[in-house]
Amino acid sequence: MNRKYYGKVIFELSRHGRRGYSLPKNGCDGGLDGIPEQLMRSSDPVLPEVDEPTVVRHYNNMSTNNFGVDTGFYPLGSCTMKYNPKINEEISSLPAFTSLHPFQPSATVQGALEAYYMLQSKLSEIGGMAEFTLNPYAGAHGELTGLMVIRAYHESRGDMARTKVIVPDSAHGTNPASAAVAGLKVVEVKSLPDGTVDIDALRPLLDETVAAVMMTNPNTVGIFEHSIPEIAEMVHACGALMYYDGANLNPMLGVARPGDMGFDVMHINLHKTFSTPHGGGGPGSGPVGVRDGLQQFLPNPRVVKRNVSGDSTFELDFGTEKGPHALGRISAWLGNFAVELRALAYILSLGRDGLKMAGALATLNANYVKESLRDLYELPIDRVCKHEFVFDGLADKSSGVTTLNIAKRLLDHGFHAPTIYFPLLFHESLMIEPTETESKETLDDFIAVMRDIAREAVESPETVKNAPLETPVRKPDDTAAALNPIVTFTELQNTAMA
Amino acid sequence: MLDCCGMHSLEELYSDVPDSLKLKRDYDIEPQMSEKEVRDFFEELALRNQPLTCFAGAGFYDHYAPSVVQSIISRSEFLTAYTPYQPEISQGTLQYIFEYQTMMSQLTGLEVSNASMYDGTTAVAEAMMMAVANARKKNRVLASATLNPIYREVVDTYAHYHGIVVDTIPETDGVTDLEAMAEMLGSGDVAGVILPTPNYYGILEDYTGVADTVHAAKALLIMTAPASALGVIRTPGEWGADIAAGEAQSLGMPLNFGGPYLGYMCCKKSLIRKLPGRIVGATTDADGQRVFVLTLQAREQHIRRDKATSNICSNQGLMALYASVYLSLMGAAGLREVNEISASGAHYLARRLEETGAFELKYPNRPFLNEFVVKFKGEVKLADFMDVCTACGCLPGVMLSENELLVCVTEMRTKAEIDRYVWRAETFSKATVPSFNNPKNIND
Repeated sequence: MNRKYYGKVIFELSRHGRRGYSLPKNGCDGGLDGIPEQLMRSSDPVLPEVDEPTVVRHYNNMSTNNFGVDTGFYPLGSCTMKYNPKINEEISSLPAFTSLHPFQPSATVQGALEAYYMLQSKLSEIGGMAEFTLNPYAGAHGELTGLMVIRAYHESRGDMARTKVIVPDSAHGTNPASAAVAGLKVVEVKSLPDGTVDIDALRPLLDETVAAVMMTNPNTVGIFEHSIPEIAEMVHACGALMYYDGANLNPMLGVARPGDMGFDVMHINLHKTFSTPHGGGGPGSGPVGVRDGLQQFLPNPRVVKRNVSGDSTFELDFGTEKGPHALGRISAWLGNFAVELRALAYILSLGRDGLKMAGALATLNANYVKESLRDLYELPIDRVCKHEFVFDGLADKSSGVTTLNIAKRLLDHGFHAPTIYFPLLFHESLMIEPTETESKETLDDFIAVMRDIAREAVESPETVKNAPLETPVRKPDDTAAALNPIVTFTELQNTAMA
Repeated sequence: MLDCCGMHSLEELYSDVPDSLKLKRDYDIEPQMSEKEVRDFFEELALRNQPLTCFAGAGFYDHYAPSVVQSIISRSEFLTAYTPYQPEISQGTLQYIFEYQTMMSQLTGLEVSNASMYDGTTAVAEAMMMAVANARKKNRVLASATLNPIYREVVDTYAHYHGIVVDTIPETDGVTDLEAMAEMLGSGDVAGVILPTPNYYGILEDYTGVADTVHAAKALLIMTAPASALGVIRTPGEWGADIAAGEAQSLGMPLNFGGPYLGYMCCKKSLIRKLPGRIVGATTDADGQRVFVLTLQAREQHIRRDKATSNICSNQGLMALYASVYLSLMGAAGLREVNEISASGAHYLARRLEETGAFELKYPNRPFLNEFVVKFKGEVKLADFMDVCTACGCLPGVMLSENELLVCVTEMRTKAEIDRYVWRAETFSKATVPSFNNPKNIND
């Protein structure tokens, strides 16, 4: 990463009359002439006027102030920032996939439909589910879709009173937010000191008003919920369904399947477990799987396989025969298709053994880092972890150095920060997820730096508190940004920052 | 590493997983493939797709993608980064989102934009929820019958589970019945009105006075338009809309069999604290430099949890970069040219199709940009015409009914391709299917 800040906005490079495009002419003209003036813009939008090399240099320079997985270690807890193999990018840009219009006849998109079907089948095998829809665009969209599936199921049985969803207090913020968007009321259940769900606190909450219990396993502190069979039995006994948030699926690859744990509906983040790039905040993909008996509630369209005289063909199913309880549509078409291709390429590249090894090595890497730092950082839950674990800040807090300071100091050393102040169970949460794609050497470098920072916190705490010191920019004034939001260049021009 | 953890085997790492839950077999998945085998596998799969010369739109448009765009969005510093929660090492992402917000604000004519939504359909659904949240005690929304039916289906799904009632404003002769709308607003319980421009049939509707009617009923006006068209058509802001939400795939993004695309959402500044999704703002850092940060995060799910305005988290970050680079290259002049070339091709094709005598325009008196509806007059079925064209490598449009076709032309279509389309229509209307003889040289 370039430590020198670039900082220009493309509008500042604009010069009247410059252009960076060349378009074909079709020899027809006058297309806009017949359109009444009141239906047209009164003036052109103010967009940059720049030539091609200027555009290329601008964005390339900007990119050098960015940190990706390809730049360095990204131990961001709960985000599974594993390496994104390059072959997947190439596969997803094959023109015979990228040029397909969604409304092409099925006969002309058999390869694409087969890819979709293959991926949903493999995810079903990995999740222990009957069928997946790949239509949701992201993890939170998957959660929303999954909860809608659950509501559709209850509605189909005339069970209209089930309006609550129970979520552990350690859950990711999207869980309660998705529940609210799906029209469900959120009830939080307390965690035990070891981070697992308190069964005794859960039991009295379970009644005929509960639609679902939403959990991750391993949970957000990286601990496997060993009581899950008992929880599933209780939840099913009250008529509710079990929802599995697949954010933490990575360590369970090849070991245990959510379907076998008693979950009825789940989502998977392809941009976590299945290595599709995060893109600075998407596009992701959040496929939703259901156990047998719930397929009819999946959103439209579905991809179905038909065997006609020995040949397999793939068709779209719009659920017209499914009756009134079908979910309907939650996305334009079949989701972020190019992301789905990447995930399928990843699964084929790893194969059954590679997938299993990925889960085990992710778990080993997390435990190795945890054990190597536990003397200097407070480990509130001292158990074998899965893919990630949480420190509650430094063991010695006398210097006043906080988790935020540690995170920022890591940036100076060329590492991305861990997830901080989440989960909300501890004051100084520092959540580390190394993933399986990091070598021992990288982990040792990280461990050495974390130990240095702990030492620095005692010897020169002010250095740590003032971090970052060597990044392209220093700590931004968030308060000023929120107090007087300047969100476009148009607004920026009228400020002292112009 | 195992020693450091006090363990002897990888299995020991899973000693806390009850044995009854463990998978006692391998996944029923193939053994691993080498990189070459993976490539061969997908190349073989790709052969089972038939790319077609595209005259279909219906919300998804085949525009030209300048090669610069792919080159830049492939840069791994952008591609492999997470959401920019650490601004000190994420200025690249934050800056392009800021540029994107500015450009979308310019295109829609509204003051502020968020950092992106998943796609056009979900963006409109989120806009509906935003209008209802803004109105507090009202839960009814009106949507024009001329809205793309796919959008309407997604809106209906979200509405059903969010406790919102969506009623349809009827259409007359291809446009929204504005008198009916005014009457429906009279009930006083409407939180928002959703109107498309151009509408599903490609028609540019005249919404003069509509914003006043909607605002008089204390409802918000939500408009949706393909982003590319906003380079030339009257903007949601100019019509007086409060929210613009829709699809930005038309900014040169590959069709990609449905995604990834890019939803956009813009609104009046007075509504910014109700706007879902991420927003980037400018500020200064500890050294006084101008920098960019995620701002107004108090609206979002990771802070507000079940009180958040939306559950949206990761969405389409890299596609916002796509749009920024595309619009930087094109500028206002390029975008105007794209629209001019597309509209000229579309009007030429419409005229020529009418001249064949096989087709007539369904809405001959309505202005359109680059998409229009034709009715097939022949006795043979439109479905057969679709089959014949597909066999020639051409997707002639999207069937709206058994004799109506929604046809779209972009700058990607050459005169020769358009003329072949006309030739096929002409020949087909005079022939029966079995006798339709297609010489090789008219294939696309």
